[in-house]
Amino acid sequence: MKAKLVITPKKAVLDPQGKTVANALEHMGYAGVTGVRVGKYIEIDLAPGTSAADAHNALNEAALRFLSNPVIEDYRLEIVE
Amino acid sequence: MTTHSAMRFAILQFPASNCDQDCVHALRVLGSQAKLVWHKDTSLGDVDAVIVPGGFSYGDALRCGAIARFSPVMQAVSRFADNGGLVLGICNGFQILCEAGLLPGALIRNRDLRFHCEQVFLKTANFETPFTSEIPRDGVPIRIPIAHGEGCYFADAPTLERLQTQRQILWQYCDAKGAVTEAANPNGSVLNIAGIANERFNVAGLMPHPDRAVEGILGTEDGRSILKSMILALESRRASAVAAA
Repeated sequence: MKAKLVITPKKAVLDPQGKTVANALEHMGYAGVTGVRVGKYIEIDLAPGTSAADAHNALNEAALRFLSNPVIEDYRLEIVE
Repeated sequence: MTTHSAMRFAILQFPASNCDQDCVHALRVLGSQAKLVWHKDTSLGDVDAVIVPGGFSYGDALRCGAIARFSPVMQAVSRFADNGGLVLGICNGFQILCEAGLLPGALIRNRDLRFHCEQVFLKTANFETPFTSEIPRDGVPIRIPIAHGEGCYFADAPTLERLQTQRQILWQYCDAKGAVTEAANPNGSVLNIAGIANERFNVAGLMPHPDRAVEGILGTEDGRSILKSMILALESRRASAVAAA
């Protein structure tokens, strides 16, 4: 059982990495790219038999307090078997 | 205790702090006492002020300051700040105080993705604080070095408005003449913000290093005025406490 957490910079936050990657894609000839945001992906291993709901609650709290910074980042949390 | 004895500063020490000794040295040069406090300590001891120094605490894992802010010593710093104690965060220390919620906003990657290690000019935006009162008010900006890759200050619009109306912006990056311009902004910070204070003006943080600017041999002594402001504020607090006793 795993938790997958995708963290992205908020829309209002400057993302110079994303901008640089977008420029590079354009220079490489990949047409149609209108924006890139570079974030983080965190994969957390969970003990077998953990309740998905409990894990979601606990890690949602951890995401808000620690794993992401709500001032600058959004996140998406998913628990998978 | 007399009002003449030296002020006592606690300098926090995290794994990969690297300006802790610079802070100790700078404060001793200015006649204060400074002791290092380890991140696992749960108490600051008997001190008058706290400095959270620069460095790369915990290797900047996850986000700068994100791990350090949960260390035992930071609980003590929160209590110290809640009681009105003076706390200054420098560089990584500023990042830690923002992560801890003791200061609003956050510090993100420099706009040009580069590490900046250079002298910058700072305009002081509020002289009426324990961190700025001794900075000369002659309109000449102070010159202090920066050394960071993640010093771009960000806060959302309501927070920025509050910072402005409450005069919590203490320093802004400016040019040699004191003009706050886009070209003088080394990292993309909103409103050229280099340093801010909390609403009570007892906690402040800045990306530039006053601790590296107290002796002429290092090219500038302008950092003295910031640390001296704190020392003077502490002396006047102590004098009023003695008078009240």
